[in-house]
Amino acid sequence: MIILGIECTAHTFGCGIVNSQGKVLSNINSEYIPTIGGIHPREAARHHLSVAKTIIHNALRNAKIDVKEINGFAVSLGPGLGPCLRVGATVARALSLYHNKPLIPVNHCVAHIEIARLMCKVEDPLVVYISGGNTIISAFSDGRYRVFGETLDIALGNCLDVFARYAGLPHPGGPHVEKLALKGSRYIELPYVVKGQDVSFSGLLTAAIKKLKNGVRLEDLCYSLQETAFSMICEVTERALVHTGKDSILLTGGVAANNRLKSMIESVAKDHGASFFAVPTEYARDNGAMIAWTGILSLMHNVTINVSESFIRPKWRLDDVEIPWR
Amino acid sequence: MMKLLKKGAEAELYLIDWFGYKAVKKLRIEKKSRVKELDIYLRRYRTSNEAKLLINVKRIKVPVPVVFDVDLNECSITMEFLEGVSLRELIPQMNIEKLKEVFIVLGGIVGTMHQNGFFHGDLTTSNIILVDQKIFLIDFGLGGSSKEIELFGVDIHLMLRALESTHHEISRKCFEYFKSGYIENFNQYKAVLNKVDEIRKRGRYVTERRIRLSDNTLRI
Repeated sequence: MIILGIECTAHTFGCGIVNSQGKVLSNINSEYIPTIGGIHPREAARHHLSVAKTIIHNALRNAKIDVKEINGFAVSLGPGLGPCLRVGATVARALSLYHNKPLIPVNHCVAHIEIARLMCKVEDPLVVYISGGNTIISAFSDGRYRVFGETLDIALGNCLDVFARYAGLPHPGGPHVEKLALKGSRYIELPYVVKGQDVSFSGLLTAAIKKLKNGVRLEDLCYSLQETAFSMICEVTERALVHTGKDSILLTGGVAANNRLKSMIESVAKDHGASFFAVPTEYARDNGAMIAWTGILSLMHNVTINVSESFIRPKWRLDDVEIPWR
Repeated sequence: MMKLLKKGAEAELYLIDWFGYKAVKKLRIEKKSRVKELDIYLRRYRTSNEAKLLINVKRIKVPVPVVFDVDLNECSITMEFLEGVSLRELIPQMNIEKLKEVFIVLGGIVGTMHQNGFFHGDLTTSNIILVDQKIFLIDFGLGGSSKEIELFGVDIHLMLRALESTHHEISRKCFEYFKSGYIENFNQYKAVLNKVDEIRKRGRYVTERRIRLSDNTLRI
């Protein structure tokens, strides 16, 4: 079985082709990078629309297969930005109708977890999924990926990006903040907010921006911002690990590329005798292959959707999705 | 001499002998992953905060372990050893009468606490233990004293969420019993319960919002 997956939830339009042995035949992605400010949903959608044809074409050519060999078309219907989701959904619906092959709905968060499990060959981990749009601590239990902790307001990646923007760093700001943080030496106290199992970053962001305006050294602020935010994540991860009793931690999402976060979560795992896995960067950020692979798992269990019902779901929660393949 | 009882997420519990008493030493251990300044701040703050709260709520007869000693250098609290089992583990074995009894009493205890301006901050069924049928509250590290309805609301919200995620089938009933005990002892209960609704509808707790929406559509 071969599935073509389309990722189109936020800044990335991606197309991946994966077979049922879990082999990625191609994974082509194009990221929208704003010239000014953050991601504008309309502009991002315009970018996706303009690259869609080429990306899908290249993905097929790279995989050296004909579109007629594809058994189904998977698409991320949510969660994400409405205008972007609409582009991906439209492309996938058209492909499905024209080639008369099933359309497979995929939840973006589930896809992140499944590709991570595939790439790291780990069966039942505690998943720490941290990106520009999501901050979720999740583990599988009773037919679903349950959420054991999450952000109450903005995502961690979003917090870093917005801070970077105020500091005049280019988008995406996360990697720039990481680089500057290495030169920071003084820890500046910032609000540390953990509510039960959940975290909140909006107050931290406001405080950091205020300090920046007051002339605090940028390197020290980047360092303190990272340390504070990552420590919050570590605390809730540790709690979830003890609570669920899982024996491994899997780090995924765009922010999984951050080396400081990696080493901190690894240290949490070590403290509790759990093994630690981080997804390779290519598959940690948004990509088409993860949608295709989740499409394979879904189609094997007959999870498909009629085109007439394939509405986008901008606020589709991870724990709303039933997982028949586990 | 020191016997490790339990390794939690933020602390280790040791069974020790305290001048002839069986006692528990709760040691907030150093986290190597955290930057030193933040680590010391968090461990010290939570240790002193927890100790103060345990002593203060004891005065208003909230059942908590007796504090024997606090050491802010090693970040430890030595307290009475309660030989009990957590409510989380006991719930599956309880029949409905027992659940009713426990949750009404528990609601009453939390009501008393809130009435006197104290909140727990991490009120889940893991942090409630039963010793010979008697309820005790533990783990006050995230708690505090306040008059803010929001903080009381978070307590109730956390309890409700713990019930829903871990004891799904009986969560609704248990929460009703809990509420009936709670409103007896806290006169601002209406404001708090409204706040809980608001908290559940915030940001990412969209399920509640969606249920609300579909209800409205039905009515129209």
